[in-house]
Amino acid sequence: MKVLHEELIPGGWHWSHVVKRGTALRLTDLEGGACAAIVLFNPLDTSERYNLPDTLKAQFTAKLTTGHALYSDMGRVLLSILEDEVGWHDPLGGLVDDARLESRYGVKNYQQYRNAFTRSGKRALLTEMARHELGVRDLTTPVNFFAKVVVDEAGRLLWSPQETKGRSVVLQAEMDVLVVIAATQHRLDPRPDWDPRAVKAELVESNVPAEANPAWAHSDQNKRGFHNAALYAL
Amino acid sequence: MSLKPSALKPETAVYRHVVLAGDPWMGEVTKGQTLRILDLEGNQAADTLFFNADDPVERYSALDTLAAGDQLYLTTGSVLMSNEGRPLLTITADTCGRHDTVGGACAAESNSVRYPLTTRHMHNCRDSFLRGLATHKHLNLTKRDLPPNINFFMNVPVTPDGVLTFEDGVSAPGKYVEMRAEQNVLCLISNCPQLNNPCNAYNPTPVEVLIWD
Repeated sequence: MKVLHEELIPGGWHWSHVVKRGTALRLTDLEGGACAAIVLFNPLDTSERYNLPDTLKAQFTAKLTTGHALYSDMGRVLLSILEDEVGWHDPLGGLVDDARLESRYGVKNYQQYRNAFTRSGKRALLTEMARHELGVRDLTTPVNFFAKVVVDEAGRLLWSPQETKGRSVVLQAEMDVLVVIAATQHRLDPRPDWDPRAVKAELVESNVPAEANPAWAHSDQNKRGFHNAALYAL
Repeated sequence: MSLKPSALKPETAVYRHVVLAGDPWMGEVTKGQTLRILDLEGNQAADTLFFNADDPVERYSALDTLAAGDQLYLTTGSVLMSNEGRPLLTITADTCGRHDTVGGACAAESNSVRYPLTTRHMHNCRDSFLRGLATHKHLNLTKRDLPPNINFFMNVPVTPDGVLTFEDGVSAPGKYVEMRAEQNVLCLISNCPQLNNPCNAYNPTPVEVLIWD
């Protein structure tokens, strides 16, 4: 895969880019313990965005890995997971907000700590979204890449450790997608300190056709989701 | 699942309205009032969203609700949170036992993924939500204000290995869920018209909305 751009997102920071059809986003957890919280929008109509329920119910899954698709609310595949060295990415665990950051970890202000100041995962996403005139109306549930959260028999959300250091996941754009990323710390991460880790984000050339894509092969539902995305390009 | 009935009598309600399958309903529940949604014939899905009536940019958030309880299913005691991280309502009684907030609402477009492409031209909850918002058009709420909703009376279990399923409903005729408004809220319901999902036996039926002071 030809690398077109490499962006190192330091822990606590955020980044966005319109990932074009014909390219993919490769995310890597460099040191372990990363959580890349991601929301997606159609840059031409931002009312179309990543949709948690449609993603889960189309594929009968509450975890995301190779062969899964991330759907918009318009029945289209935004990103497909081509490759994954991790095995489980969390769509349910949510975000640390400002109140939880303050009560659990404490706040470090900019005046004293300069660019090591603290921002919650929710604040980081909202700050990056605001650069695209998107606000709290537009924030729904992100995918937390590199994190694993399981649901027990009683419905409790529980953190589950997994090996992520040096591992990558490749997300191919099936249409042009505004990707908003926060390199944050997962809300259920048991580490006692606020210590969000860096994420490497690379744009790579990627033109895997639907018929060769494990996400297309996943199910008849996904074949229709790819069909709807292809229809959008006509 | 534990069930908790309510002492409130329907005859003392200040508002009663039957929402037919395929219809929207949007109405205000003021702070301190109690809202009941009653499943009249059983296993019906009441797709529901809430907005702060005084500032509708603040609305129901599955993101914040899941985080507040670290709990996937909603029942008595669940606090329905807003995108500003504040309580909108608290579930105070529940004779069904489990409600869903990750299954979302059906739409023409998601129907065309889950079912054959021809189901695009069938009635769906998002169209009902948009019709409901149109009855309050001065609020300028649009499609972007329709985040993942609550499905009262729907059973969408997730297994520990990450499999999500749609099970037959745990509801039955006469089951209900009740919640107390913690702020002045607007409730938006789409009484689900879905004809392709076995969870309602392919037979959408009416629900009733009741409000007490």
